[in-house]
Amino acid sequence: MDWYPLINSLRIALFSSVIVFFTGIFAAYYIAKLPRAIKGVLDVVLTLPMVLPPTVCGYFLLILLGPKRPLGILLSQFGIQFAMTWYGGIVASAVVAFPLMYRTARGAFESFDKNLKYSGQTLGLSNTYIFWRIQMPACKQGILAGMILAFARALGEYGATSMLIGYVPGRTATISTTVYQLWRTNDEAGAFFWVMVNLAISTVVLLVVNMLERKNGKAGAK
Amino acid sequence: MSLSVHIKKTAGDFQLTIDLEHPDGVTGILGASGCGKSMTLKCIAGILRPDEGRIVLNGRVLYDSEKKINLKPQERNVGYLFQNYALFPNMNVEQNILCGLSKEKDRSVRRTKMEEMLEVMELSACRKLFPHQLSGGQQQRCALARMLVSEPELLLLDEPFSALDSYLREQLQTQVRTILERFGKDVLMVSHSRDEVYYLCSQVAVMHQGRILNHGKTKEVFADPKSRTAAILTGCKNIADAYKTGEFEVYVPDWGIHLQTKVPVGDTVCAVGLRAHYFNPKARENVYPVVYSNEREDPFELRLLFRYAGQKDGTPDIWWRMPKDRRPESMPEQLGIAPTNVLLLYPE
Repeated sequence: MDWYPLINSLRIALFSSVIVFFTGIFAAYYIAKLPRAIKGVLDVVLTLPMVLPPTVCGYFLLILLGPKRPLGILLSQFGIQFAMTWYGGIVASAVVAFPLMYRTARGAFESFDKNLKYSGQTLGLSNTYIFWRIQMPACKQGILAGMILAFARALGEYGATSMLIGYVPGRTATISTTVYQLWRTNDEAGAFFWVMVNLAISTVVLLVVNMLERKNGKAGAK
Repeated sequence: MSLSVHIKKTAGDFQLTIDLEHPDGVTGILGASGCGKSMTLKCIAGILRPDEGRIVLNGRVLYDSEKKINLKPQERNVGYLFQNYALFPNMNVEQNILCGLSKEKDRSVRRTKMEEMLEVMELSACRKLFPHQLSGGQQQRCALARMLVSEPELLLLDEPFSALDSYLREQLQTQVRTILERFGKDVLMVSHSRDEVYYLCSQVAVMHQGRILNHGKTKEVFADPKSRTAAILTGCKNIADAYKTGEFEVYVPDWGIHLQTKVPVGDTVCAVGLRAHYFNPKARENVYPVVYSNEREDPFELRLLFRYAGQKDGTPDIWWRMPKDRRPESMPEQLGIAPTNVLLLYPE
């Protein structure tokens, strides 16, 4: 049994959620402070990957990172090539999952009581301390939700991934691209197997989400 | 100790123009909601940035638009007590108080100071509890403790009692007064409650639509509010337009009466105020026949509503308040008011 698609999907989802965690929070935090006009424009640009068909995102990624494009050529000088490599999948998934993290984090930050921040400042606490020790814990639930959504989205990513890294068994195959490939080649049993694997992972993720929510709900009601 | 604030700030249609000299002790800023009280405190604390002006605390410039000085809130050494106390929800009482000690590098000193503060503020029993497990009073003491432990030069209190139930409020006012006296800090407090200000503040500044109307010793401002807005904010119930008819006399057209005053009437006088508690059936001056129109019973007070015999239609009834047990056997047919109790009000 070749478990490569599972391992590949999991590592792509993990790495891209870590990237999206930091970039999403960073964007949510700094964009909230910008003047309204710039904020509006950036907000649209950063949310677009959520509403565009993933294949369109993949198209843009190929235009940007393709091996014959300037950035692709530059990166290949350092031995990095995102097209047709497994770690290219991280980029594709991250781009598509980013808006989920960004928007939920922004919502959480917007509902954060600014007085907590101000009182921290008047007490002499540094802005970094306030952010990591007061604001982040207060927004924990929203950020966690965004993180899980982003992970789930990255795990199920198909369109942008197949555009950028294609399907090479044992090299770039993920669960979703494998399901499509097996179905296309009339391997119904194989496709069914990977569908069940995917179902199992998604169910576990949702169970974990519910458990976390119940735990947080209890803490809040104390 | 001194605080001098001369700032301007525009936010949308709202314009804030503050000129305030706070000598020492406790100064209250009294004003209706939305008059810019909190905004003023936030500018002093460095949370908001004024458009122009200067803020100086004990000779230290906190903000100066000309010299381009704008200290961060962390550098101002000004404590701020928020209306909702802004306790950090993910930290217990001890951890919240330790946040006020971040400047102290020595760990054992931090612990000692925290212990002292827990003791003084009677928080030892709930030291491990989180904010949502505390009562309103404990929350307030915890927020005060956290602020006081950082040893600020000036305390800013933003509506400190408005988040509390009314029965708790008076009890905590007494407590806060004791705490403030104990620490002897200089305090600037904003409130819309005249009782709070009267009880806690030695000085009061009356604020209206982004400006300070008058500023002085609390008792003097309450005794002579000088303007219509200040009269309303200090609790004067009966106010009507008036004009000067003599050195010590004004005429009130709405009530159809002349009133004698104790102090000379200025030429620009525009209204008079009569406090509801000061009417007196036995007074010899400013006595006029009255007609009773209504009465309202409060738990401990009685409010009698009356009209002067010559009062214009459509003008509000006049309030006369008294303790319940002082209710006259039969309603006096005429009421007077001492000339000292006629408040002369001038344009703002």
